[in-house]
Amino acid sequence: MNLTLYVWRQKNAQDKGHMETYEARDVSPHMSFLEMLDVVNEQLLLDGKEPIAFDHDCREGICGMCSMTINGIPHGPEKGTTVCQLHMRHFHDGDKIYIEPWRARAFPVVKDLIVDRTAFDRIMQAGGFISVNTGGTPDANTIPISKKAADTAMDAAACIGCGACVAACKNASAMLFVSAKVSHLVNLPQGKIEAAERVRKMVAQMDKEGFGNCTNYDECEAVCPKEIPVKFIAQMNREFLKAKFKK
Amino acid sequence: MKLDSKIPSGPLAEKWTKHKFDLKLVSPANKRKYKIIIVGTGLAGGSAAATLAELGYNVSVFCYQDSPRRAHSIAAQGGINAAKNYQNDGDSVWRLFYDTIKGGDFRSREANTYRLAEVSSNIIDQCVAQGVPFAREYGGLLANRSFGGAQVSRTFYARGQTGQQLLLGAYSALSRQIGKGQVKMFPRSEMLELVVVDGHAKGIVVRNMITGEITSHSADAIVLATGGYGNVFYLSTNAKGCNVTAAYRAYKQGALFANPCYTQIHPTCIPKSGDYQSKLTLMSESLRNDGRIWVPKKKGDTRPPNEIPEDERDYYLERKYPSFGNLAPRDISSRSAKEVCDEGRGVGETGQGVYLDFSDAIKRLGEDVIRDRYGNLFQMYERITGEDPYKVPMRIYPASHYTMGGLWVDYNLESNIPGLFVIGEANFSDHGANRLGASALMQGLADGYFVLPYTIGNYLARAGYGPPGTDHAEFKRGESEAQNKIKKLLSINGKRSADSFHRELGNIMWEYCGMARNEAGLKKALELIPALREEFWQNVKVAGENEELNQSLELAGRVADFLEFAEIMCWDALTREESCGAHFREEYQTEEGEALRNDKKYAYVSCWEYKGVGAKPELHKEPLEFENVELATRSYK
Amino acid sequence: MSSTQVSSTPVQVAAPSNTLTTSIGRKVFMAITGFLLFGWLVGHMIGNLQIFLGQDKLNAYALTLKHLASVIWIVRIVMLAVISIHVFYGITLWLRNRASRPVKYVKEATVQATLASRTMIWTGLGLFLFIVYHLLHYTFIVTNPQYADLHDSLGRHDVYSMVILGFQNYLISIVYIVAMFCLSYHLSHALASFLQTLGWNKTEVQPLIKKIGYTVATLMFLGFSSIPIAVLLGIVTLPGGGH
Repeated sequence: MNLTLYVWRQKNAQDKGHMETYEARDVSPHMSFLEMLDVVNEQLLLDGKEPIAFDHDCREGICGMCSMTINGIPHGPEKGTTVCQLHMRHFHDGDKIYIEPWRARAFPVVKDLIVDRTAFDRIMQAGGFISVNTGGTPDANTIPISKKAADTAMDAAACIGCGACVAACKNASAMLFVSAKVSHLVNLPQGKIEAAERVRKMVAQMDKEGFGNCTNYDECEAVCPKEIPVKFIAQMNREFLKAKFKK
Repeated sequence: MKLDSKIPSGPLAEKWTKHKFDLKLVSPANKRKYKIIIVGTGLAGGSAAATLAELGYNVSVFCYQDSPRRAHSIAAQGGINAAKNYQNDGDSVWRLFYDTIKGGDFRSREANTYRLAEVSSNIIDQCVAQGVPFAREYGGLLANRSFGGAQVSRTFYARGQTGQQLLLGAYSALSRQIGKGQVKMFPRSEMLELVVVDGHAKGIVVRNMITGEITSHSADAIVLATGGYGNVFYLSTNAKGCNVTAAYRAYKQGALFANPCYTQIHPTCIPKSGDYQSKLTLMSESLRNDGRIWVPKKKGDTRPPNEIPEDERDYYLERKYPSFGNLAPRDISSRSAKEVCDEGRGVGETGQGVYLDFSDAIKRLGEDVIRDRYGNLFQMYERITGEDPYKVPMRIYPASHYTMGGLWVDYNLESNIPGLFVIGEANFSDHGANRLGASALMQGLADGYFVLPYTIGNYLARAGYGPPGTDHAEFKRGESEAQNKIKKLLSINGKRSADSFHRELGNIMWEYCGMARNEAGLKKALELIPALREEFWQNVKVAGENEELNQSLELAGRVADFLEFAEIMCWDALTREESCGAHFREEYQTEEGEALRNDKKYAYVSCWEYKGVGAKPELHKEPLEFENVELATRSYK
Repeated sequence: MSSTQVSSTPVQVAAPSNTLTTSIGRKVFMAITGFLLFGWLVGHMIGNLQIFLGQDKLNAYALTLKHLASVIWIVRIVMLAVISIHVFYGITLWLRNRASRPVKYVKEATVQATLASRTMIWTGLGLFLFIVYHLLHYTFIVTNPQYADLHDSLGRHDVYSMVILGFQNYLISIVYIVAMFCLSYHLSHALASFLQTLGWNKTEVQPLIKKIGYTVATLMFLGFSSIPIAVLLGIVTLPGGGH
């Protein structure tokens, strides 16, 4: 199939950036979306043009590196799928495809489709952990944890930190990302000890980074490649209120 | 060169305890005076960085990804082994040790492997305390499964995302230290040179991948946790960014590369669909518990699988290995798949694939049971291939997955360059010629949490603190070397992309130094690789300039190193005239096609010393001594 | 530029701040004030619906409220404060949210966010303007001062006739009905949102909560709009020569 691509090109953080048009010819339906871009890039390179820069690494949907908005939807049209796992069979000959970077004040564009997501790391550094040092921990079976609690924690912990939730939210809010970590840890007994301080610090850092507020669009949940539900945002709100009363 | 493995004396079970006591300590007040550089933030690097920072050292950490959370450890699915014996099924440190050393076909050190088994329990304790959501039983205790043909259930897991959860545990510990200012984190930074001053590793040269700026960083010790070199095959289950550069640059500075030919090929990956294919995706081996592997008996049979009658199918694993059948070990299963495809009986558009058929299991157990067991894997398969494995048999093919070889280290995980430590997949130490399932995660975390933090103190206490300034001549030399190479890559302006060279190299390696190797093939590869390298330096095309984010330049630099490194792999495979573990030399096999080990001549670690680009590296041998185990021959008939 | 990616350490971890200024804190205030407004509206609607019970009942109800003047004024002041907070936070949050995405997507798309959720600011502002008009219209009788002179046979202010006279004007009725549609649309997102913001949500009950939200919002629309519609259709008419 042949496709027309409209791609955001931006030389660096200072550049204003613009959309550019490319034709992708003879695209195989078996290709992944990134492989399609690889082929376009190979041609650009050989034509003496600058290839399109995009983040990617594991290409199996778990590292969270790949990040692009396809026709207005982060990671593209397939539910529960990162763009590296999105295959061209979901597109049709003659399609026009808009490819843009994540858009958020807290995720400034570095180049083309690559954005700076270190804001997420700083939120984690503010409190996304249990304060235990290596060594001296009790035997792993000392505290029984109900299967249900462990499963819920795992549901939240599945977050890959890609930032699609922010990119999809009309307010560029990071609530789903932050709540996934808060919920992961607070559903486990080990994580309850620091629960109040953790949620306070992580929310404060989230606000400081310039993310928007949650207005319950639920758009984040719809694009999350790990399908993390917004109920975790509710849980974080609850934990946040609890933390306020605790003080 | 004298290779001292520094294995402590005494009974096997007491070596580590004794050694820990013998190691010199850095006093708590002095730790903050030391600076340590760690390259890589996977399980090994991340856990080491967090632990060393907790102890009070000043740590600088570098990774090429945009965040330390993205290292490729994250993609490990199956689980992590530990000798907890929670299932009361007869597991013990000794049994895990024995399984590991036997699984490695007796090509690893007893002492290292035993220590790995010994600290495995601590890892689980540590991870649970960090909040890793391991699977649980209804009673609230940890669940285990048996993995990779082990006869005990010792594998801990978190759904199919164990690597991710363990890595996020280490990442959270690391994040805590970054927040405290104890770790300085440098994401999107690629190590280009190792700097050795007066015989000691004292720094690295790094390229800022956003600005292109080349900077030097000095420290009292350097730790490489840069993973494996599986991408030498181009198509592998590794992440696209995984590369050999850091390890290879250390090798060029004199560090020895050990057992590079030990590369593990995983049997159950999704086959490639065309020439544009950029990587291969692994599916859990557990699929082989219920799936039956077959190809048509007839060559070039293009009928759809459902139209091929039962008696025209060849269930070749069941036929050749009646007792293990479809559960035959990874290397046997991989090799057999390649054999039938080479015979022209492979399936799928490319002819590079075999069927993994669940129709019998679905008939026997019902679709619901199968969905319950493998639902997420089936979904993943369907997402990638567009085929429904409940109706059409899956197609699988082997792919490069893990590399047991790596930089040589002694018992302290220190390379032959003092002050240079190598941990995780980047070193060679614990798996021998083959790695058991669910042991990679174990080794990465063992090294990072529980081994390196002890042993590095011993070096630091002896060497003292105060690294040289980065204006030292050796740093300047490193910087200009890195810059010159970049300049050269940018100036060639040829007609082929670095990626196309990488693909071609991958084909050579897969063909001649892949699952099965022989003398003629390896010699051929040793002719093809230098020629390809030559062409690369004449004809590669790299876009843009250095002073910007330049992915085409990053790739070209990595491919350039693979093009040199590939030769050592072939030299190693050529000189090891035996078959062991994942290294299968066609000349050395039993009548039944089993690997034929030669313990008399080859019970050693091959350690290669750099002698210049294109020159044959020098082989040093570290003999392996076995005092506690008998060298058995495996049989899966 | 060179330092943008190298996360310099130690990280400046933001100090946990005052509830009023955190994102979640503001949202909680939005939720609580919104819910109070909703509660007040339910009361208001039940009061209004007495018009269907006839002139006497409604005017008596109005007189009772009049006798409770001090309580009514307290309620009015509280509601004024509540509505001010709701509007003020609504606008400031909206501004901040807009600022959080300085560069828009060239190609915009929405997967599941409802139109109601995306238009809260507009339905909200529309409602706010309506409330101002409504107060001037019926409460303070500024726009149509002649209403002040309406009295029933018992000499009470004839609220019943005032309402009917008001809604007999098509334009006014349409304004009211449109405003009530805004209200109901606003509520259709607000009710589930309220629970979510205060931390009561489970994936399993989410669809049910949403359904209840829509139902309540629809009932509010029907309840309020039934009055102008009834007047326009002549179901509720002026009492025979009752002024």
